[in-house]
Formats: sequence, structure tokens, C-alpha cells
Amino acid sequence: MQPTTRHIVILGGGTAGTIMANRLARHYAGDIKSGEIDITVVDENDVHVYQPGLLFLPFGMYDADDIVKPRGKQLPSSAHYLQARIAQVDSAQSRVLLENGTALPYDVLIIATGTRTAPEETEGMTGPGWQEKVFDWYTLEGSRALAKALSTFEGGNLVISITDMPIKCPVAPLEFAFLADWYLQERGIRDKVTISYVTPLDAAFTKKAAAAALAHLLEEKGIQLVTEFATGSIDGAAGKLVSFDEREVPFDLLAVVPVHAGAEFLTKTPGLANAMGFVKTDPATLQSQHQPNIFALGDATDVPASKAGSVAHFEAEVLEQNVIRFLDGKPFTDTFDGHANCFIETGFHKALLIDFNYDTDPVSGHFPFSVGPLTLLKESRLNHLGKMAFKYVYWHALLPGYDLPGVPTHMSLSGKDL
Amino acid sequence: MFAGATVEVDSEGFLQDPAQWTKEIAEAIAAANGIPELTDRHWLVLHFMRDTFLTTGTAPTIRSLGKESGVEVKELYKLFPKGPAKLAAKICGIPKPHGCI
Repeated sequence: MQPTTRHIVILGGGTAGTIMANRLARHYAGDIKSGEIDITVVDENDVHVYQPGLLFLPFGMYDADDIVKPRGKQLPSSAHYLQARIAQVDSAQSRVLLENGTALPYDVLIIATGTRTAPEETEGMTGPGWQEKVFDWYTLEGSRALAKALSTFEGGNLVISITDMPIKCPVAPLEFAFLADWYLQERGIRDKVTISYVTPLDAAFTKKAAAAALAHLLEEKGIQLVTEFATGSIDGAAGKLVSFDEREVPFDLLAVVPVHAGAEFLTKTPGLANAMGFVKTDPATLQSQHQPNIFALGDATDVPASKAGSVAHFEAEVLEQNVIRFLDGKPFTDTFDGHANCFIETGFHKALLIDFNYDTDPVSGHFPFSVGPLTLLKESRLNHLGKMAFKYVYWHALLPGYDLPGVPTHMSLSGKDL
Repeated sequence: MFAGATVEVDSEGFLQDPAQWTKEIAEAIAAANGIPELTDRHWLVLHFMRDTFLTTGTAPTIRSLGKESGVEVKELYKLFPKGPAKLAAKICGIPKPHGCI
């Protein structure tokens, strides 16, 4: 007798979706062979971008070939990979409708469609000057175009601005400011440039101790910090950012992080996502608050954790267990604690490291990594080497879904100055 | 002390326990922050924000307030000058929004 096949459908083949597919394919290797489990990953294109690399592109430290690979190659060969556009999740019938008319039934649906930049949300952003002196460097095209503009920049006001939170990698705009300072010094024109960092937050970063350390670094590097600036519109022709409360910041070159939103199709299923298209997700179990057989991870969720690859990786370890237990009809035992860690590149071959979760803010101390202790919240060369080595780790250990040695899923308090 | 009631607040004046909040407290906080009178438009935002926090545990951002509360972002800045998300959170008696990292 043929066994009944249970279908796991994963929407999105980015960092989170790929890690999940690889982990589940490994766990269910025997069941996939016997036809009891079937895994399908859907994505609309076959371009997997190593997103941390987008930060280095504008400064000529990487080029596009270094950071782009086919999605299909990163996925397990035992999973089906469908390159198709998703029309809608039909949660009442437990199936995903594709734009080509196919319906994919699922026993478990995992949403990992990430987040997209939505420049059209801000008045004037894509108007005059777009891709000439206004650049969204969170996309491959934008980041490459900005590299060109920076290489011929003669001087004036360089503005780095965050339109609204949440955004992918909340530290990347700060790293951009630090690297710009370094890059312009190397080009010998730093004294002709005013660098400003414009944020809707009331400090350089959301978390207190880190914000203080980072504000200090901005000051040291002569970068102006403009806080509580909620960008209402951009006038590219006149070269100015205008806030909702009618303040203005002039620019000659603007590196902007647009508003972020979830995949558009998610808003077509009532109750599945919030107004910005992020899946309403239980922050601990990663189960959808809409239906029990739907789960979400990575940037696609609305959980109050950082939108970063490290978070997707930590979530994947918890979610793998929860999906397995769900399919076995057992209660969940593992919970996600909001763990995130990231290197913060500060230029001149140095970087900081932060490690935190839902309850514990980033603090100073040491992170006991297998290659040696990395300093938390303090610049060091070893942290920079860690950041640069991460590209290799990403393709060869993180995406394949292996546990990283010395990097626990749940945040450890060991080594931290609490 | 707000409106004759003793409530627990953080160093910036945000209520720590949303259950201690009353409309009188809201009016007192608003007045102390330069809003002499809370209109129906203010209350629309305040109720939306408080309900969102109580059901999801997270305060809405400016943009989601603008999309879901029934009051557009520009008007939010008129109703709650400077930082509407933060000021509305303070008045509706929920902890300070963390800007969702």
C-alpha cells in the first residue's frame, strides 16, 4: 500500500527558507525516500543574494559576482523547487495558489518570504533624482548604482537615512556611515564631505548601551546624528529630506533605507498578516496566529526581533523541532528567545560585535567563540575578520542548516558584563 | 501622581502597568505634554494603539497607525506633535515603544 504523503510547503528560498528546507530534508531523509514526506520550496526567482554583502558593494569591497548564487543550488536535492509567483494562501483549504493556476496543498506551511523595500510608500522617493542621487542600497541594483555614484562623488552632503522601522539589519545603516567615512578618507576627499546619519529613533540604535557606544563612534568620526526624523517626503530635485513635522535635511547624495513591507500576497488572506504585510506570529513558538498549521520565520514575521540572518538561523533550529512535533501531534517544547547577534563593521579593518535577545540588551564583555574570545560592544580587528569570514560560513554552514560551533541557539549570559 | 491616582511610571513618564490607566490619567498626561484637550480624533488613535498593544504585546509604528487607525500620518503629527507614536503610547498608558529592532 502506498503511504499517505504529508506535504510541507515552504514559501521563499532566501536565508530562512533555505535553512528550513535543508534542516527538514535532513531530518526527514528516510520519510522523503519512502514517500511519506514531501517538501516543496517556492520562490519567484532563482537569485539568492548574500544580503550582508550589499553593504560592501558601494565601497568596492565586493562585487556582485561575490554575493549572488542560484537559489536552487542551495536547496536539498530531495526537495522540489518551484520557480513561480505566489498568488495567495488559501488557508481555509490549506493550499497555496500560484499565479500559473497551480494549487499546492499543504499539511504544514512555512512562510519565509522575507521583507521587501517599499520606496513607493514615501512621497517623492522614486521621483526626480532616483538612482541618480537617491539610492536604495538594500537592493542589488541600488547598491551597485550607489557604488558608481560614490566613486565619482566630488563632495557635499552625504546623507544616510532610515525612513521607518522595522528594517532588515538595523545596524547596516550605521556600518554604511562608518565605511563611508573610511572610504572618503581613502579617496582623499573626506574634508569636502559632511556625513549625516538620519534616524526616526531617538538615538543611534534601539538598544540603550549599544546606542551610547555607537553614538560615541559617530562623534569620533565626525558624523552628524539627526534623531526622531520621520521622513515624510523626499525632494530629489532640490536635494532635501522633509520630515512629517516639517524639518529639512539637505543632501547631494542620499543613501536611503526605504520603508520595509512583507510580501504583498500575504495581505490577501484575511487575518494572516498585519497592515505592512508581516505575518502575525507567536514570538516564542513561531506558529501563525491565524492557523495552527502555518508557521513563519525570518523577516516575514512580525515578531519583535531583529530582521537579520542570524535571527532566521536561530529561529530555524526552534521551528524545525516545532514542525516535527506538530506533524507528530505533540505539544511544542522549544521556544525562540529573540536571540540575535551581529558584527558591526566600523571601518579601518575593525568591527564591534553585539549579542542580545527579547529580554537582554546588548552589553559589553566577551563572546566565547571557537576561534577565540570576541569583544562585545568594542572595536577589534578579530571582529572584523569574523565579519569577513562570515561570507564563507553563510554559504557553507549557515544555509545548509548546520549548527554553528560555539554559537548557541538560545542566548548565553556567559562572558557578558551584566 | 496623575489625576489623583498613584501609578508606576518609568524615568520618561510611561506607565509600566497598562491596567492602572484611566481616561482621567490620559487627560492629565496629555495636558502635561502640551495637548490641552483630547478630541474624538485623539481618542480614535489612543484606543487603536492601546487595543493593539493589549492584543499583540507590541505598540504599532507610525506607519501602521497611519494605515490602520483611521488617522493619516500627517494628521497624527498635528494631533500629537513631534513624536506621535511615542506620545500616543504615553497617553494611552502603555510602555515606551522600542522602535522594534
